[in-house]
Amino acid sequence: MKIRIEKSLAPKRSSQIIVPILATVLSLFFCALFFVATGRDPLDVYSAMFGGALGSGYGVSETLVKTIPLALCGLGVAIAFRMQLWNIGAEGQFYMGAVAATWVPLHFPDLPAFVMLPAMMVAGAIGGGLWGLLAGWLKAKWLVSELISTLMMNYIAILWANYLVYGAWKDPNGHNFPLSAPFPKAALLPTFGDTRVHFGIVFVVILAVILYFIFKKSKWGYKTMVIGSNATAARYIGIDIKKQILLVMFISGAIAGFAGMVEVSGIVGKLQPGISPGYGYTAIIVAWLGRLHPAAIIVVAFLFAIIQVGGFMIQTMGIPSATATMLQGAILFFVVGSEILTNYELKIADKEETKHE
Amino acid sequence: MTSTQPLIRMKNITKKFPGVIANDKINLDLYPGQIHALLGENGSGKSTLMSILTGLYLPTEGSIEIDGQETKIESPSDAIAHGIGMVHQHFKLINTFTVAENIALSQSHGSFLLKEDEIAAEIGKFGEKYGLYVDPKAFIWQLSVGEKQRVEILRMLYHDSKILILDEPTAVLTPQETRELFINLRRMADDGCAVVFISHKMNEVLELADQVTVLRGGVVTGSIGKAEMERHKLIKMMIGRDVLNAYEKSDARIGDVVLEIKDVSAYNDMHVKGLKDISFNVREGEIYGIAGVSGNGQKELAEVIAGLRTAMLGSIKFHGEEIANMHPDELIARGISLVPEDRLGMGMVPNLDAVDNVILKGYDSPKYGKGHFIDKKAAIAATKAIVEEFNIKMSSIFQPVKLMSGGNIQKLLLGREINNNPRLMVVLYPVRGLDIGAIEEVHKLLLELRSKGTSIILISEDLDELAQLADRVGVIFDGKILGEFPVSEMDTEKIGALMAGVTDMGGAQHENQN
Repeated sequence: MKIRIEKSLAPKRSSQIIVPILATVLSLFFCALFFVATGRDPLDVYSAMFGGALGSGYGVSETLVKTIPLALCGLGVAIAFRMQLWNIGAEGQFYMGAVAATWVPLHFPDLPAFVMLPAMMVAGAIGGGLWGLLAGWLKAKWLVSELISTLMMNYIAILWANYLVYGAWKDPNGHNFPLSAPFPKAALLPTFGDTRVHFGIVFVVILAVILYFIFKKSKWGYKTMVIGSNATAARYIGIDIKKQILLVMFISGAIAGFAGMVEVSGIVGKLQPGISPGYGYTAIIVAWLGRLHPAAIIVVAFLFAIIQVGGFMIQTMGIPSATATMLQGAILFFVVGSEILTNYELKIADKEETKHE
Repeated sequence: MTSTQPLIRMKNITKKFPGVIANDKINLDLYPGQIHALLGENGSGKSTLMSILTGLYLPTEGSIEIDGQETKIESPSDAIAHGIGMVHQHFKLINTFTVAENIALSQSHGSFLLKEDEIAAEIGKFGEKYGLYVDPKAFIWQLSVGEKQRVEILRMLYHDSKILILDEPTAVLTPQETRELFINLRRMADDGCAVVFISHKMNEVLELADQVTVLRGGVVTGSIGKAEMERHKLIKMMIGRDVLNAYEKSDARIGDVVLEIKDVSAYNDMHVKGLKDISFNVREGEIYGIAGVSGNGQKELAEVIAGLRTAMLGSIKFHGEEIANMHPDELIARGISLVPEDRLGMGMVPNLDAVDNVILKGYDSPKYGKGHFIDKKAAIAATKAIVEEFNIKMSSIFQPVKLMSGGNIQKLLLGREINNNPRLMVVLYPVRGLDIGAIEEVHKLLLELRSKGTSIILISEDLDELAQLADRVGVIFDGKILGEFPVSEMDTEKIGALMAGVTDMGGAQHENQN
């Protein structure tokens, strides 16, 4: 028997959906080997994980809470990825958005909610947007690789937020903890009932719908797709590519910055170090696995939130929460690895078969 | 020189792609010392067959014998190890590498360190022997299409290939260069190589080949030796009917000058002057042919007119308006259309479907949707209309255009441009790589456009094409128009001399200062 791999000219749509799902299942089997090797029943671990994340009201609410920043950042980077702009700086843009949004209640604590929240949203979007724009400007002006600049600017943004909470913005009544003053009530996003699920989830859905129409139907979406697929052709029809780089990097950063605002306003209620456990980085994987499709990005963000919350839950079994990271890594590895199956065809042929044909 | 033992014997080769049988039980024997032509229209399966021989594809069925031994060629490096070399129509070169690096890249016994100087010396040696001069230290992106081909041929020679496969090698060469290539191919055959020559051009096949195998729709329709070769026989085998080679050209209604190019200079990609004070003008409803060896400023000229390259000096007037260095979309709005040399690389977005490629030019205009959204229905309707009007064959308008055949890609591209009612069209090498049927269709499209009053600048290397289509012909050499005459006074000898830079026969030759 012989297995041959051949490039298929047109990847089938069905295999583009089925193969990633199979790859995800396969990565669960793969990680199960580790559980077996450490003397645990993988079924127990997985049922604890998924049960913990989805089996209770608290679990579901925590999963949704984590879905919100992952989905928002995923949608943000997807815009840039569609134009083949490798913005991996969602993490830094998230922090810059959080910082800019925090500035509003710290300086105008008496604003009413209907002014405060929109002002924070705009500030968050502008903060993240300008942080993205800076990398975009370096790219448009001097061809500086955005892959490097956005990555490095993440550290600047995170340390900048730390600088503020350790210094200028430290709460004088905070017993010297590195925290900003807690936000006034008007600066907190409303939540649903008693849960921690906040209004940000509505923005996720609205934004995904808007992006779907922009990607699929709008002239601007078409234009950025052409730039991403064939920049020479874009130049040939007179598209101003530099202008689009600036615009797209701003919007991409603005969405991540908005996610930062939503997180400090909806969950944390103040600025503090470590407001993101790497949402901006995980969002890169989320956008990629979602194949830059807004609806798929939400689904993948939800899946990754399950894994993160589940990883937290299984700590009671004595399993480290880093299991979640392992599972995320395995999924990325298998899904990217399985792309060969959507672009290539696997042919299994033994000699018998060849003779019969 | 011909021996009885074939160097390569391909037996019952069948290759299936999803929904297509590209090769159906093909037999092919290649003998040392023989030049074997493969003749057939685009999509007839020649390239697939050769891709199987060079290890790019595995056959679905069938076997290959090398020197009588059944051999599996499972990868391009297997093929290279068996002495099989190929120059593809679409060059397989890495743009950001130098010539020497590209040649070293596929070296089977390469050393760990790149001995660039040794390779450069070797390249120089082959260059001298076969007249294939290329600067080994130049980057591929800096080279013209013709020069890139030279690199491909040099690479094959460098690997001591015994079986030399050339896919449409003459498409990018001048008549003189073609003659030299033929002499060299014959020399290589006399050295014991088996040469496979893929072509559409009947004259070349008749002149060069010892044996012709004709393919149509994936099957062999005939294989004949030199003695039996006759033009009409081959054409019949190829397309199953006779082709008319003369076009009816309506009487020109040539009007006033619409485009005036005066003393225009521009840099090429190597930051050397590619256009040197070039001047000419084009009238309404006229086809102005530009003859010349590629790399003499044609690409730069077309790009300057389309606004894709900066003109440093000089003026370009279109209908009296100065248009030099306008932005490409302003020029498109003025009815200036460029049909680029690199159809998929520049003129189209290969991964998008036909609909998205049809709206590529004009997606911003109200005809494909008012406001910010694209009217998909209007786009589909426009695509269907173009597909029907220009007789374009494809399995679906929703399939990526990269899956279409070369002829249909070009027709779709031309259809899109014609549909936008251009007033001036700059066309580069419009039939390069197309089969006879498609060539005829493309030529007729250009003539129809001319009779509607559109001015056309036709940049070509094929003198027959220029003679058939152009009203006036200018010869470009080293960034200048060296001579210009009405097509009735066109004389192949004279043009050939001008293309080589000789202004007066027997006089001094201009040095090409690149």
